[in-house]
Amino acid sequence: MSADPAPTQPLIDARGGGVIRERGQREVFCGLTGIVWLHRKIQDAFFLVVGSRTCAHLIQSAAGVMIFAEPRFATAIIGERDLAGLADLNDELDREVDRLLARRPDIRMLFLVGSCPSEVIKLDLSRAAERLSERFMPEVRVLNYSGSGIETTFTQGEDACLAALVPELSRDDSDQASLLVVGALADIVEDQFRHLFDELGIGPVAFLPPTSSRDLPAVGPSTRYLLAQPFLTDTARALEERGALRLDAPFPLGEEGTTGWLKAAADAWGVDPGRFDARTRQARQRARRALERHKQELAGKRVFFFPDSQLEVPLARFLARELDMRLTEVGTPYLHREHLAAELALLPDDVQLSEGQHVERQIDRCRAAAPDVVVCGLGLANPFEAEGITTKWSIELLFTPVQGYEQAADCAELFARPLRRREALAI
Amino acid sequence: MQLTVWTYEGPPHVGAMRIATAMKDLHYVLHAPQGDTYADLLFTMIERRAERPPVTYTTFQARDLGADTADLFQTSVRETWERFEPKAMIVGASCTAELIQDDPGGLAEALDLPIPVIPLELPSYQRKENWGASETFYQIVRALCAPPPEDKPQRLRPCCNLLGATALGFRHRDDVEELRKLLDQLGIDINVVAPWNATPADIARLADADFNVVMYPEIADTAARWLKRMHGQPFIDIVPIGVSATRDFIEAVAELTGVDPEPVLEAGNARLPWYSRSIDSTYLTGKRVFIFGDATHALAAARIAREELAFEVVGLGTYSREFAREVRALAKELGVDALITDDYLEVEARVIELQPEMVLGTQMERHIAKRLGIGCAVISAPVHVQDYPAAYSPQMGFEGANTIFDTWVHPLMMGLEEHLLGMFSEDFEFSNAARPSHLGGGARIEAEPDGDGAEEEGTAVSDQADGAEEIPWSDDAQKTLSRIPFFVRGKARRNTETYARERGIDTITSETLYDAKAHFGR
Repeated sequence: MSADPAPTQPLIDARGGGVIRERGQREVFCGLTGIVWLHRKIQDAFFLVVGSRTCAHLIQSAAGVMIFAEPRFATAIIGERDLAGLADLNDELDREVDRLLARRPDIRMLFLVGSCPSEVIKLDLSRAAERLSERFMPEVRVLNYSGSGIETTFTQGEDACLAALVPELSRDDSDQASLLVVGALADIVEDQFRHLFDELGIGPVAFLPPTSSRDLPAVGPSTRYLLAQPFLTDTARALEERGALRLDAPFPLGEEGTTGWLKAAADAWGVDPGRFDARTRQARQRARRALERHKQELAGKRVFFFPDSQLEVPLARFLARELDMRLTEVGTPYLHREHLAAELALLPDDVQLSEGQHVERQIDRCRAAAPDVVVCGLGLANPFEAEGITTKWSIELLFTPVQGYEQAADCAELFARPLRRREALAI
Repeated sequence: MQLTVWTYEGPPHVGAMRIATAMKDLHYVLHAPQGDTYADLLFTMIERRAERPPVTYTTFQARDLGADTADLFQTSVRETWERFEPKAMIVGASCTAELIQDDPGGLAEALDLPIPVIPLELPSYQRKENWGASETFYQIVRALCAPPPEDKPQRLRPCCNLLGATALGFRHRDDVEELRKLLDQLGIDINVVAPWNATPADIARLADADFNVVMYPEIADTAARWLKRMHGQPFIDIVPIGVSATRDFIEAVAELTGVDPEPVLEAGNARLPWYSRSIDSTYLTGKRVFIFGDATHALAAARIAREELAFEVVGLGTYSREFAREVRALAKELGVDALITDDYLEVEARVIELQPEMVLGTQMERHIAKRLGIGCAVISAPVHVQDYPAAYSPQMGFEGANTIFDTWVHPLMMGLEEHLLGMFSEDFEFSNAARPSHLGGGARIEAEPDGDGAEEEGTAVSDQADGAEEIPWSDDAQKTLSRIPFFVRGKARRNTETYARERGIDTITSETLYDAKAHFGR
């Protein structure tokens, strides 16, 4: 398909295809949204957003998360009075943190999370975190990162959070190679990967983020790390500054992605190919069998991705190669060529990539492309459905375990169900 | 700085979005970073609207701050005009853009668009959603409403405007329909409904009507007062929620317009009065209810609860600080302390303290009640997708009262179920430990703080006690307590402990429990 010529700056990417780069209205969450899953993952951490009423409203609305009695996140809402003088604001923050920690003695790690307003007024949360850490260590470690929408897009919030954890990791000076899996994964996925690495004789293996802030892994020059998520640019850079080496791999989505991902670790550990094949064969076959049913439904169907989580490129690769779907435009908020190198190499040649967003123009391109299914955010999905265009809302791809062999079919199911539903409905 | 877990209201620009989204041919250009686009999903997901809200965000980024965010804003306004061709535009800033002080109003005016462009000043660090909606509606009315024609056309029937229904409102869609029907029966025409489905052209002719109906004072009070001041339009702000309030409303309309209210009062299709009198409703008598919501719905609920269902209102509160006075006045009349707060934890603490048998609240109170195993009906925003039922479910008018009867009575146990539970509390299937089927079954969560970690996150309720030291219960007293039906057990425990404390009793026995029962029983 051809793009609107005016906003397009076709660039030649690694594969020789054009990439649309746009600026305009972005219809994406900010990095604060990551708190929704991070606060469930790190079970002794608390996320205190320093921001406005909008920030508080965003987090409670974004995922409909009003299900926990008292969640491990809150917002310190900046008021008119606070904007009068900065010294005052720091005192106020200290007071709120005092109250919070008195109320929640179970908390071991506190993240002060910066927001658009706190960034604009240049409230220095790193100094606040240092000051508070001095007071509350060793019981509570206080860290900070920015989830602001002027600096982070959706999943970049997790990146900023994990990058803030890296300096806290103890130093590993040993010669023994260790594997670090980076990026929040569902517990069940983590268990499966741990088991597979065990089977392959790869280890020791640690996960970042851990379930408990007291179990932070060590890192050093003998650390090899695998990214489990494609949006961890800053975390990767911070790990490399600590001497860790990234294992280049596709992301563990689908049978092929998972195999490539595991293989990268296996190769680094010198696992015999025969052994790799033997120990993964059963799971690979099971995943392929499970995908067969979905393939019948999805093959030939055309999919269009609006930019959202940065998972778009690996997902598109999975849909194209394992389910024979056809790709129209694959939009992503940020195209990290280095981390995505293995993915981009696997994409079909005729895909239109786009980076950034001008939502109105993208909607026009989407309508013109008339895809069978559109992957988009919650603000766009129902209006598209009302136009007769089937959608898959993208946030579900973050809240559902989709990585690894056993989840490959679940991932496919997320795309197949909306299509099946549209066909089933006779009204 | 205020620590907030959940908020009852969004920021004021979300209020402005509720007005813009309710209207037709109006577009809102909002100077805001990308994260603020989350607000679209409130309308497309929660309210299930089939169109995107008519809102364009500039989505400026950190790198724009050093450059020219003002230019970005003007580009957005220009592109919005070209793409959507609205008949009027509102422009403003969200909390972050407010800090960079770009003056959206001035910037938009400089573009000299051929349509009215209305600037909004919504102080995000001071005000909240309902205020933002009210202010936006007022500014739109002020800017667009034309003076009435010199010689008003002769009409056969009086006519009025219905003011205040917005997008993302609690049952606004159906309330508008119900009032339309009711006023039509009274012989009154509707000039304009606004902002609900109104165009800028409709706003222009508001002054043609004989009077205004303020459906939701939180939204329309300011605009209605301005219309009265500028164009001499009287308004009626009796909110017709409940049978008595609907009757009052009808009589007020009749008095203002001279129509005969009797046929409508007589023919009123209210089933609530008879249902409430029928003997199977006897068990509703004196049910202890806690009420919390926006001021309009909380006030209406208190009156219905007391006068139309014979409940006992044990607590009343609102998060609408703008209407705190009215809520305080009614609370005083009811002999309870008004709870004026937007702190969800404070509301939860009050519910735990009061141990009501039912909570009438918002979605937040629904969560509190669910955790405590107390029945709950939702009466007010903030809303959830469940608050947009497919069926016609108004709150206003006689049909609204019928809906309310059904919704409120449903979470309560039927009289017989209650008795059986009390008599045979150790039946293995029908026991104290089981949550009643109408609350979803499963294990019960004790409302008491010593519910051995049953609640999901532990500390939420544990620090609620009044600081008094605990008095131990003997095994035999514990057993007796466990035989008391769960829905009064919390109250029994509290009364017994108070009784024991007052008398310096060091261990609570069954005797203490029965003594307390006799003491507190009426």
